[in-house]
Amino acid sequence: MRALRALPTLMHVGVSQAVAYRAEMLVWVLTTTMPLIMLPLWHAVAEEAPIRGFGQSRFTAYFLAAFVVRQVVGAWASWTINYEVRTGALSQRLLRPLHPLWTYATENLASIPMRAAIALPVGVAAFLLTGGAHLVRGPAMWAMIPFALFGAWCITFFAHVTIGALSLWMHQSIKVMDVWSAGFFVFSGYLVPVALFPEWLRDVPAYLPFVYQLGFPVDLLTGALTEGEALRQLGVQWLWVLGLAGLSALVWRRGLRRYGAFGG
Amino acid sequence: MRVARHARLLGTQLKLSLVVAMQYRWDFIIDGVMSVFWTITALVPLYLVFQERPVIAGWRYGEALVVVGWFTLLDGVLKGAINPSLTTVIEHIRSGTLDFVLLKPADAQFLVSTARFAPWRSLSLLAAGAVFAYAFAQIGAPPSPGAVLTSLAMLVAGLTVLYSLWIVVVAVAFRAVRIDNLRYLFEAIFDAARWPASVFKGVVSFLFTFVIPLALMTTYPAEALLGRLTPERFGGALLGAALFAVLARVVWRRSIANYTSASS
Repeated sequence: MRALRALPTLMHVGVSQAVAYRAEMLVWVLTTTMPLIMLPLWHAVAEEAPIRGFGQSRFTAYFLAAFVVRQVVGAWASWTINYEVRTGALSQRLLRPLHPLWTYATENLASIPMRAAIALPVGVAAFLLTGGAHLVRGPAMWAMIPFALFGAWCITFFAHVTIGALSLWMHQSIKVMDVWSAGFFVFSGYLVPVALFPEWLRDVPAYLPFVYQLGFPVDLLTGALTEGEALRQLGVQWLWVLGLAGLSALVWRRGLRRYGAFGG
Repeated sequence: MRVARHARLLGTQLKLSLVVAMQYRWDFIIDGVMSVFWTITALVPLYLVFQERPVIAGWRYGEALVVVGWFTLLDGVLKGAINPSLTTVIEHIRSGTLDFVLLKPADAQFLVSTARFAPWRSLSLLAAGAVFAYAFAQIGAPPSPGAVLTSLAMLVAGLTVLYSLWIVVVAVAFRAVRIDNLRYLFEAIFDAARWPASVFKGVVSFLFTFVIPLALMTTYPAEALLGRLTPERFGGALLGAALFAVLARVVWRRSIANYTSASS
């Protein structure tokens, strides 16, 4: 209850921070240009004829949507947690009468308005370049988009918290996060749409969390899914959200006991 | 005399970095595994793409692999020699300790450029070697000695440009101190160098040839190694690299002259 009442204020503080460090934010956005680097390569491939249903315009829609989704589902809590564990700043956060996970969550969520403002022109460009041919249709599908995006954000955030909390055991868990990022790069559809994976690899991403961070929302946005399929994937996505939320709470609570013993 | 002294300084700085690196031997394993992994992520999209088409933007699979080889090599240089120093300089500028560096009786540009190395990253050189071996196994014939020589000249030109761009980035940091994530931006832009330059079209192609000459860093050395670099490109690249070097030196001089230090 207390968390809910504090939420608007925390969000307000977070948004002010995001606005104050807007130059830094812009640089961060510019570091996530991988989809824009992949796009010309796939364009060159699809120059003469489409590949498995992917023509040039569909590639444009896919990778620009991937860029937009990447902006609005981003989180960086593991870095903050690592930093605060190392410097001891975590103690101050623990003194607040609010669970730290709430403050981490609002800090990360608050950057979304700024990031969405940057991503929006890219989305519009994608729409104009493709003539709207690859946009999601139907009210039910549109209704699913906010849930899919929020689910994707939750997976990213809880993964960050889980791995960040590992730093309570091992001093530094940034490298573990690197491993997660590597998995994300390969299996999320960030570099290659999952539909274009080779036969023997195509079923693997469905059993990993990464595709629900990016590939699924992108497929939904670009109208690549039927309603039943979209609903099923949304269900799986939220199972991952619940699982990772539970895991992060557990790791955090266990780790904090050790932290108390550390700082004395 | 001056050269000998700077060479000795370089030796000392390298040794210091090596001593620091030896304290974190676990990083050796993790960095090694990660550099192999990132090399593979650079290869997988290419592998998939060339499953679909034998020739893309004028490049065959084996030939495009040569570009990836140079990319892996330069990426290792970037992350092992350039970025650690960049991080150090930016930290110096922010905390005001750059004054101490400027006071030392050696060229300041030399000192900040060699401030820190990440020796474990030299594993990328091994990865690059493996990529080259695979590439020329695909092509079916080793490069001619002349081609190797011209490609080495191109490598020197590419490294010069990379280093010059880095100096310009540092000059930016002199003005916009808050931006401590510049190195990630640098890495993100460099990511585009993994594809042959002919993949990019229009404005982007112009940008990557003349403004941020990524083409010069990976595509030209690859063309040289394949023995198909035109003399005009060869001359143009050497001239361009020399221009960039002069420009970087001028920019460095000017920003040092305008540097007001953190305390004044």
